[in-house]
Order: sequence, then structure tokens, then C-alpha cells
Amino acid sequence: MSTYVSNPRVRLPQRPGARANVVIRGARILDPAAGIDREGDLVVRDGVIGGDPDGLEVVDATGLTVIPGLVDVHVHLRTPGKEHAEDIATGTASAAAGGVVTVLAMPNTQPPTDSPSILGSLLDRAAREAVVPTGFIPAITVGQMGDQLTEHGDLAEAGAAALSDDGVPVANASVMRRALQYQKAADLLFTLHEEDMSLSGTGVMHEGVISARIGLAGIPGVSEAVQVARDCSLAAYEDARIHICHVSARETVEEIRLAKARGVSVTAEVTPHHLLLTDQVVGDDPDPAKFKMNPPLRGSDDREALIEALIDGTLDCIATDHAPHPADEKENPFAAAPFGVIGLETAFAACHTELVVGGRMDLSDLVLRMSTNPARIFGLPVPSLADGARADLAVVDLAATDVVGERPYASKSTNAAFVGMQLTGQVVMTLAGGQDVYRRNA
Amino acid sequence: MSARSSLIRIGDLDVDGIGRILGTAERFGEVMERDIKKVPTLRGRTVINLFLEPSTRTSTSFELAAKRLSADVVSIKGAGTSMDKGETLKDTIRTLEAYDPDVFVVRHPQVGACDVVARHTSAAVVNAGDGTGEHPTQALLDLYTVQREIAPVEGLHVAFVGDVLHSRVARSGISAFRMMGAKVTVVAPPTLVPRYLGEALGTEVSADIRDIADADVVYVLRMQLERMGTGGFVPSLEEYARMYQVNHSRLRTGQRVMHAGPVNRGVEISGKVVDDPSTLIEAQAGNGLVVRMAVLYDVLSESQTAAPGVPGVTLEAA
Repeated sequence: MSTYVSNPRVRLPQRPGARANVVIRGARILDPAAGIDREGDLVVRDGVIGGDPDGLEVVDATGLTVIPGLVDVHVHLRTPGKEHAEDIATGTASAAAGGVVTVLAMPNTQPPTDSPSILGSLLDRAAREAVVPTGFIPAITVGQMGDQLTEHGDLAEAGAAALSDDGVPVANASVMRRALQYQKAADLLFTLHEEDMSLSGTGVMHEGVISARIGLAGIPGVSEAVQVARDCSLAAYEDARIHICHVSARETVEEIRLAKARGVSVTAEVTPHHLLLTDQVVGDDPDPAKFKMNPPLRGSDDREALIEALIDGTLDCIATDHAPHPADEKENPFAAAPFGVIGLETAFAACHTELVVGGRMDLSDLVLRMSTNPARIFGLPVPSLADGARADLAVVDLAATDVVGERPYASKSTNAAFVGMQLTGQVVMTLAGGQDVYRRNA
Repeated sequence: MSARSSLIRIGDLDVDGIGRILGTAERFGEVMERDIKKVPTLRGRTVINLFLEPSTRTSTSFELAAKRLSADVVSIKGAGTSMDKGETLKDTIRTLEAYDPDVFVVRHPQVGACDVVARHTSAAVVNAGDGTGEHPTQALLDLYTVQREIAPVEGLHVAFVGDVLHSRVARSGISAFRMMGAKVTVVAPPTLVPRYLGEALGTEVSADIRDIADADVVYVLRMQLERMGTGGFVPSLEEYARMYQVNHSRLRTGQRVMHAGPVNRGVEISGKVVDDPSTLIEAQAGNGLVVRMAVLYDVLSESQTAAPGVPGVTLEAA
């Protein structure tokens, strides 16, 4: 995290709304980054933490916990072009329902977000529709074609949060090298979906025992790892910063561990679904398309390597890769179904259940990985519960258990990999950007 | 949703289930030796053959099997279907469901297509080959062929040779032979074997053709050039033939050769072996009919455990 520098040019618009005015009464108030862990009241006046509680609405939060709101640096809002799956309003409502106070949206839209004008129109739209502060990650290359660099400098000036070619990784090493060189001029972080498509081939699931048994073409873990090795080498050579998206394979964890040990400026994220699930479910479920995403769910040794790496800091943060798809498209045979699962509304509950209830880390460690660390890596405002901070927080009931799918989703899509799972630790209230954006029982 | 018992993967059957189907096939085999080869067993039942990938022997044998059992059979083949107009598999099945079929026999280029069909029909679903997934009726007819032509499967050693990676025949066959107590060895170029196959299916894997020496049965797999795309899984077919072709110089007396067809003569198997009367290739093709009759009978029989009272045989020929 030593590479953290805030990026004041990032624009994170949110729709206009009333400032939150509320007293959250009798909660545990936990903000590990600010060194806060106390029982009592948290006052929010005019959207800012602290101040005079007189005359404010009082919310009884006995037994509940207030944490800094989550920051999700990897979501798909499907605008423009695929608004039948999600749009800025529904995607960010989904974020609010998950205790997420800032999202960054990927550029694999139709057309791709690859020019300052498209970015500008998205920022304008977010300023009217976004329930929580929302930033955008334009493409590294025009049309995500891996050839011509987009206008990195102009995009940075226009408020881009980072750059990524998302699911169509830059295949040409020379193009990637130029992008990394140019980082010194444009000063935008690259957030990289890492995959050597020639190794992934026609693969649709993890190459492992299950793919061998059922005959689906496999995507080997090394497809991810070799691309990470390449880009870590290039980043080291060009003294550039890179962030690795949704690490899935143990081979990749090893590459990142080695790169960090030799001082490469690399950070990495992992998704809740890769932390909780393995390719076993693809083999066992009669309707496995709900478990189809890229990178794929991998083996149990991969999953364990990811958890250990998240604990020891090799992996820095958690991001959902929230990827809405209409149910109709997921009803195809596995190979024909689209890659991707939604995740904003269940990320906290899933990770809390697996990692905290499961005894792998304490709540403070989880909050750092879901809120503080991702904000710092991307140079975004760090959610804080300290007096004077803007209210970007979630109130969570750590004892409440829900079965995923029994409550309606705020997202437009329902393609949840966790459907049917019992998850403990539910978000009951979210304040984002100083606004009161979500109440579970409202 | 499927209320009837389906056969989508060989693992849907246990040893008893396989034995039951092979026993039924024996009895249908007797019927097929009669002058009139038709029985009224499935009269009034409707079988829809949905073949969305090229097929000759499987589609023919399923169609004939349904007809010999007196079922009403409709065969729908790839080109010219409403799926060419963008209809999804789900909607195709829902439409055909209006005719209240009893069985869907499905061949499809994608793994798992039969599961999609089963979710949208109350008919039984029989997998006639789903992409690189499974081909359970082929495995059953292979067991039937070995049992009839050689010996009980238990204790035999079967070597599968060639393109295992793209082979649904191998995937179902390896499991089926293992389930029935055979030892199975896979011999193939390392590029044509799924990594983890040995662990997944419980077989020995070798890259050396000499490891077929101990096998009682050498099962030759077709080089599936149509699934390989560009880039080549082996340097050339000529080198493949030199290193892995099953021919008389590599076979010892008494070894029996199988191939699910269609064969690439001179590639995975020499023409002389194909034409050698001791191979089981023709027997396999011939046995497809009675085994598929038995499968159709089995998925439609009321009880999966009761002995089927000699289906058709006790009934008068239609």
C-alpha cells in the first residue's frame, strides 16, 4: 500500500439528494484505518460525521455495527448499450443495498468507453442517476482492440478513475509497454484482466478434474499467470503501477508474490465468488451456467491459495466483478451462456460468512480489504468514520442470515452464483456521499 | 422438470442399470432375428429425435429403434429447423413439448445441452452425443459388443487410443468400462488428453503406443479434425499415424479392435485393420440398434427395478 497517492482528478458523480441527518444509536463503531473501535452513537449531520445530535432522526442500532462503506473497484453497469441487463441507476442501487459507497465501472460497453466524449456523457448521466458516487474506467486501447492507445491524458483530465481493456486484455506486449511508459504522462492506474487468450482458447471453465470429467473445454490457471508475469516484468522495467483484476489461480498468486518481493508496484484484487466457490459446483449442478464467469471458479487448492494470499497481503482487496446478464441468456447450454455473475448485494455477507464467521480473519481485516485498501489503490476518497469525514458508511447486522435470492435484488439482473446459499452479515443501512441511500426495511 | 428417467450421462446408471439395459438388448436381439422385426412395445408413444449436429449411424439407429418398437417417431435435423431463425433450445423444446412427446433423443454440439432440454420437458431425455461431453448409448453398445463377442467385461483390459480430448465416446466409454470392472488405459499424444483425465476417470495415461500391448481390447478414437480448429494438436497427421496408428505391426494375436466410426483410414487406424474380420467395428454398428431399443424401452418402463418380463418378446409381433 506504500504506492498510495490520492488522485484528485478522478470524478465520482452522484445524483443530487438531501444530506443525511441521523443519529445511529448504540452501535459498535469500527474503522480500523482511523483506529476507531467503540460502542455508542454515531452522529451524521448534513452528510458529515459528528456534530450536534439535537433534532436528528434516531435509528436504534443496538447490536449492529457501523463500518466504513465498501469500495468496489470492479463493476459492470452495462451503460451504454446493454441497459436491459443493468443501468447506472439500478447498478448503483444494487451497490447501496450491499453497503458499497463507491463503484468504478468497466469499459466493456457498447460502444466501449474509449473516448473523453463517451466518458463525459457517462459522468453526466451518473450525476443524474447514480445512487452512490460512481467513477468510470475507460479502455486502454481504442475499441478495446489492443492496438491504438486511447487518449490517456485527455481521459485523465476528464476524470477517468483508471484504465482497463477489461475482458479483452492487451495481447500485444509492445502496446502494453507503451501504455505503461505513457503512465508517466497521464498518471492513470492500469487495472488489468489478465489472460493469454491463446492459452484460454475455447475454454469455458477451469481446466481441472471436473472439466476433464464432463468434457467442457478448460481455461488453465497459467493462462492468467503468464500474462501477470509478463505485465509485472513490463511494469518493473517501465517503473509503472499496475493492478491485477480478479485473481483466480494459485499460479497467479505466486507470480504476484514474487513480483511484490522484488519491489514491483503491483496490487491485486480477488472476488467473493472465487473466495467461496470452486469448480466442483459446475460439475454438481444441473443448471451450472449460473457459475459461469471469467476467470472461472477454480480448484479447492486455488481457492485456499487465494484466501491465504488475501490474509497475508499478497492480494490487497476484494472487488465483485458485478456482471449482470439477462436470465434468457443464462438459460443456454454452459458453453453458450455468457460469462459473469452479479455480486454487489452479497459481497459483504459472502466474505463475512466465509472469512470472519469462518475464522480466517477478523472484521477489521475484512473492512480494510473491502473499503480502505481499494480506495487507496485507486486514489479515491477513503471512507472514514472519523469526525468531519463525509458520511460513507454501512450499518451491518453481523448476526442476520439471509438465503440469497429470497429477497428481490435491486439489480436489474438475477444471475447470482450464491443463489440459495445462507449468508450471515446483512447490510441494514448505507450512507454514501453524505446521502441516506439505503435502508433494508424501508 | 423431467419426470421420467433420463439417460444424459453414463453416470446416471449404476452397474445394475447397465446390466438391465444390456439384458433387455439381448432379448431385442432375439426379436431382430425373426422374420418380422417389429414389436408393439411402445405403440402410442412419441419419440422426437432432435439432431442438431451431423450424425449418420446414431440418428439412423435411434430412428429405426423407435420404429421397431412401434413408437411414433419424428426426426428433426440441424439445418432447416427454427433454431436457424434464432430460436433458443429452450423455446424449441417448449414448442415440441406441445406434442406431448415421451422421449427426446438429443444430439447437440454443446456439452450440457441435454440438461437444458430436461429442464423444459416432462419427457425422458436420451443423450445421443453432446459436443465433447458424453455419448452414453455408444458406451452401452460398446459394452454389449464386448460382452457378446469376447467375454464378460469384468477383468478385461481396455486401451483407448488417440484423441481423448475431443471424444465423448472416450469420456462415456472409459467410465462405463471402469464401472463394469475393466481396467482402462489411455494411450495418446499428451496434447490430446485432458490434463487431470487420469484423476478424473481413474485411468492410467501413457504417451507410448507400446502400452497397448497388454490390452484385450484396443479402442481406437477418431481424430476429430473438425473440433481441432487451426493450430494443430499434433505436428502432422502423418507423424500421428507413424507414432499412434493402430495397425497390425502394433497388435498382437487375439487383441480385438473397436472404433465408434466414422474412421479416418490410414490416420488413427490402418485400412487393413478396419477390413480385418476380427475387428468389432461392424458389430458395434449393428448392435447400436438393439441397445438403443433397450434404452428407449428402459427410460419409458414404469419401474426401473422390476425385470421387464421380456419386453416385446412375450408380445406378438406387430
